[in-house]
Amino acid sequence: MSVLETVLGHYDYVITMFLMMAGLYIVVASGNMVKKLIGLSIFQTSVYLLYIEPGKITGGTAPIVDPAFSVYSNPLPHVLILTAIVVGVATLALGLALVARINEAYGTIEEDEIFDRDRES
Amino acid sequence: MAPETLITLAILTPLVGALVIPLFHDRPNLRETVTLVTAGTLLLIVVNLLGPVLAGGRPEVTFVEVVPGLSLAFKVEPLGMLFSLVASSLWILNSIYSIGYMRGNKEPRQTSFYVCFAVALGSTIGLAFAKNLFTLFLCYEALTLSTYPLVTHKATDEAHRAGRLYLLLLLGTSLLLFLPAIIATWALAGTLDFTPGGILGGKASGLVIGVLLALYVFGIGKAAVMPMHFWLPAAMVAPTPVSALLHAVAVVKAGVFTVVKIVLYVFGLDVLSTTGANTWLIYLASGCILLASLIALSKDNLKARLAYSTVSQLAYVVLGAALATTMSLEGSAIQIATHAAGKITLFFCAGAIYVATHRTEVSQLDGLGRAMPFTFFAFLLGSLSIIGIPPFGGTWSKWMLALAAADSGHLVVVGVLMVSSLLNVGYLLSIVGRAFFLPPRDGVVTGIKEAPVACVVPLSLSALACVVLFFQIDAIQALVAGALTSPQ
Amino acid sequence: MTAVQPHLPVLQVVIPLLGALLAGLLRRGTSGFALALAVSWLMPLIAVALLCQVLTGGPISYHLGGWPPPWGIEYRVDALNGFVLVLVSTIGAVGMPFSYRSVALELEPRQQAWFYCMYLLCLTGLLGITVTGDAFNAFVFLEISSLSTYVMIALGRDRRALLSSYQYLIMGTIGATFYIIGVGFIYLLTGSLNMVDISARLGAAWASQPSAVIAALAFVTVGLSLKLALFPLHVWLPNAYAYAPSFTTVFLSATATKVTIYLLIRYYFTIFGVSIDFRALPITEVIVVLSLAAMFIASLVAVFEQNVKRMLAYSSVAQIGYITLGIGLADQAGLTGGLVHIVNHALMKAALFMSMGAVFYRVGTVNLKDLAGIGRKMPITMAAFTVAGFGLIGTPGTSGFISKWYLALGAFERGWWWLVFLIVASSLIAVVYVGRVLEVAWRREPSPAIAEASDPPLTMLVPIVLLAAATVYFGFFTEWTAGVAGTVAKTLIGGLK
Repeated sequence: MSVLETVLGHYDYVITMFLMMAGLYIVVASGNMVKKLIGLSIFQTSVYLLYIEPGKITGGTAPIVDPAFSVYSNPLPHVLILTAIVVGVATLALGLALVARINEAYGTIEEDEIFDRDRES
Repeated sequence: MAPETLITLAILTPLVGALVIPLFHDRPNLRETVTLVTAGTLLLIVVNLLGPVLAGGRPEVTFVEVVPGLSLAFKVEPLGMLFSLVASSLWILNSIYSIGYMRGNKEPRQTSFYVCFAVALGSTIGLAFAKNLFTLFLCYEALTLSTYPLVTHKATDEAHRAGRLYLLLLLGTSLLLFLPAIIATWALAGTLDFTPGGILGGKASGLVIGVLLALYVFGIGKAAVMPMHFWLPAAMVAPTPVSALLHAVAVVKAGVFTVVKIVLYVFGLDVLSTTGANTWLIYLASGCILLASLIALSKDNLKARLAYSTVSQLAYVVLGAALATTMSLEGSAIQIATHAAGKITLFFCAGAIYVATHRTEVSQLDGLGRAMPFTFFAFLLGSLSIIGIPPFGGTWSKWMLALAAADSGHLVVVGVLMVSSLLNVGYLLSIVGRAFFLPPRDGVVTGIKEAPVACVVPLSLSALACVVLFFQIDAIQALVAGALTSPQ
Repeated sequence: MTAVQPHLPVLQVVIPLLGALLAGLLRRGTSGFALALAVSWLMPLIAVALLCQVLTGGPISYHLGGWPPPWGIEYRVDALNGFVLVLVSTIGAVGMPFSYRSVALELEPRQQAWFYCMYLLCLTGLLGITVTGDAFNAFVFLEISSLSTYVMIALGRDRRALLSSYQYLIMGTIGATFYIIGVGFIYLLTGSLNMVDISARLGAAWASQPSAVIAALAFVTVGLSLKLALFPLHVWLPNAYAYAPSFTTVFLSATATKVTIYLLIRYYFTIFGVSIDFRALPITEVIVVLSLAAMFIASLVAVFEQNVKRMLAYSSVAQIGYITLGIGLADQAGLTGGLVHIVNHALMKAALFMSMGAVFYRVGTVNLKDLAGIGRKMPITMAAFTVAGFGLIGTPGTSGFISKWYLALGAFERGWWWLVFLIVASSLIAVVYVGRVLEVAWRREPSPAIAEASDPPLTMLVPIVLLAAATVYFGFFTEWTAGVAGTVAKTLIGGLK
């Protein structure tokens, strides 16, 4: 029972892990370059969750000092993840731009077809 | 001039020569003059160092301390003095000979040939004067790299193959075995300086000493101890002046000189003889002497035969080092000098024959003796010296080695030396015999004259040197004794 | 000067960042180059000033925005990263003149100013990673340098450059994300992102939750190993180096991997090492084994490579193996060897890639079969290649020998005498792959295809010769390489638990 309790009690972490693995799996398994990027984004998003989850304290409020509240959530992870989101967006944008250029140069975005074309030439 | 300055000059002179030679790329006469002037200057400098060293001085100069305790430094001691004298004096002869040979054969790329030669000589002098193992290793590798272009001079596929073997064996052994041995020595002794009496005494067990000795002996591929000798016959693809000076004098002698120096100054004679770590090497060297002589007998190619003869003769030096007595080391040192004179004569002759007739095989030499009397007479003298018959220099080294072997109770070794001399007679004198006494293959020798004067003069001089060495052995002994007896 | 001096740590990063913004507004390649050159030449001055200050007066702590650590971001310069700052900025300064002709030839005019913008961003990122004392800030700089790197690679002429860039983007992002997961664990465990603060708090975390600390260490290790191309996480590197524009390859090979290696050393020796005995964990053995695999397998692949740039790229993987070997040995001499090889390898690899860049500039190809006799046509370039090649082999008299000397001594210190033989044996493979090029370049008759080739213009030739000369210089005069590295290693090893 205790295992189940642990899992249920940390359901947010379970979701994080699932997203992380799913994202990584897509990156590795998919041959389509756009899908790879989607996987990569999911992978990065899971990390956002990893940071934000522990920052939230049940019953805690936004950290505005007020005599009425004694429990505050940690704001720092949010700030960090804002930065990480920017980085993630930039990566995704650059990745998609590259895929577009690859499509122009090779006429396909399937990895194995690209390798075939490079081998032919 | 202060001896310290002379050391610096001795190392820099050939390198400066190497820089100046390409300036006269289009003017061969001036270019060769530069080579000769450089060689002459070098000899003059080295001879000037002789006085202070004989007087017991050990001039030294440190260029730069690379790592604390590890410096690029040079120090002249008697063995290095002897080796540098041999190398620099034979370089002059060889340079004259090269002019005759290279022009006689209309060889291409002569400028790079002379440049590499000068660099190789500079490395050799540096190696001879090295104060510590690091400096020696540096010069050792520089010598390998600077002679590689000489080995592949002909730029044929065969030359490239030989060059690869040359480089891989010499660099391979030095990186794989020699360098770890140096690192181990540093780790054990905390210094790499050549010190009379050795630096490893009391620092390692007999087993470690034995293993280290093996690493050194096999790691110094230039010493051509079997089975690390394959590069030497392969290197014979080079033009003969290269084989003559580098593969009979500078390179191979650098190898055995290194072995002798390491036995004397890194291990120390006492350490070796008390731990018995040297016994295996005595038998290995003896085996090499015989085996290489037998292979030489079977070779028809003249230069290949001489190459195996060199392998065998180098093993004498290693044997002397392995016996690790004062007498045997003296024999080794003298063997370095006398074999150099003898073998360079033989190579000069082989080259002269090639220039005059373009013949490379022993079986093609029948009856040539009368057409090329100087060459073959010199060949005879050189052979006799290598065999060890009085009144030729080679006698002394063989004599001392035999005596040292007998003294230390290795009677088998004495037997080996005697058998080997007989084998030498077989593979060297048979060549002279064919040339003088057999009738020419195609009836008469027509159109064959002596090689160019520039070839004949050096080979006559070096043959003469074999005789002179016999009578002047006292001088060499006096020099070498300084290394073996004085405790400084 | 006195007004500027306290702000040197942040200027080291802010100046190239502003330069990048400015370059982004420029349209002409020449003006972009002038700007990049000015910035690149300013950087070593700041870096050297910082290093001198650190060597005499101890670590410098700079509080960004006046917020004291551990709340604010701290830029912290000690001997270790001062040393890396000097290296990165010097490579940038020496290499910059080379870029002018090379970029003008290989890139379309409209792309050139952008290229310099990306270069300056990359420089910002690399210097930022080095100078920062904040774990998350390092991630941001890591991504700044990576994103600009992807662009610099994708600008290569060959369409395979796009593919390599994409592959690097995928691998690099996974690496950076692994790193940030590791940092996340550390943050959860210690509640801090300041490196000094973390190292002080990690000990308590180790006592209560050792497995979480190990997980953090593992994530950081794998993430950084991807970025520094530790075998077998190196697969992105050979293609990226081979198809990128010449100058990109020169700059990346000499700096990008080196900075990531620095970050790994930072984590191992000043964060984890201070609070837990990481030498007792199997991680050092794993790193030694992977380093050896890199040294042998990548070198062997290099032997059979026909494209010289690719060959050099595989050689880089092998040489990175030497550096990580020093980290894995984690003793005084070994770590000194690893640190000094960071510098030595950067200098010699930059010289090698530059000479190939010069060959490409003149001949338009770097395939080995087309380079027969190139030594006769471009003697100075190839002489520099030869000297730097000897450095790769580790011939005595070159800086490579010094690195290997210390590594071998480090192996002895550990009592691993067999490792000494492996270290020297791997140099022998370098003899083969360097020798192959040298034989073709010097010992073959020039082919008609390269009949017109000659040494490149001075702006290219001078950096090449300088770097090759440095390979020899640091083979004899080691006060500023092995000397400083030894001091750094002593501090690092001394601080270990």
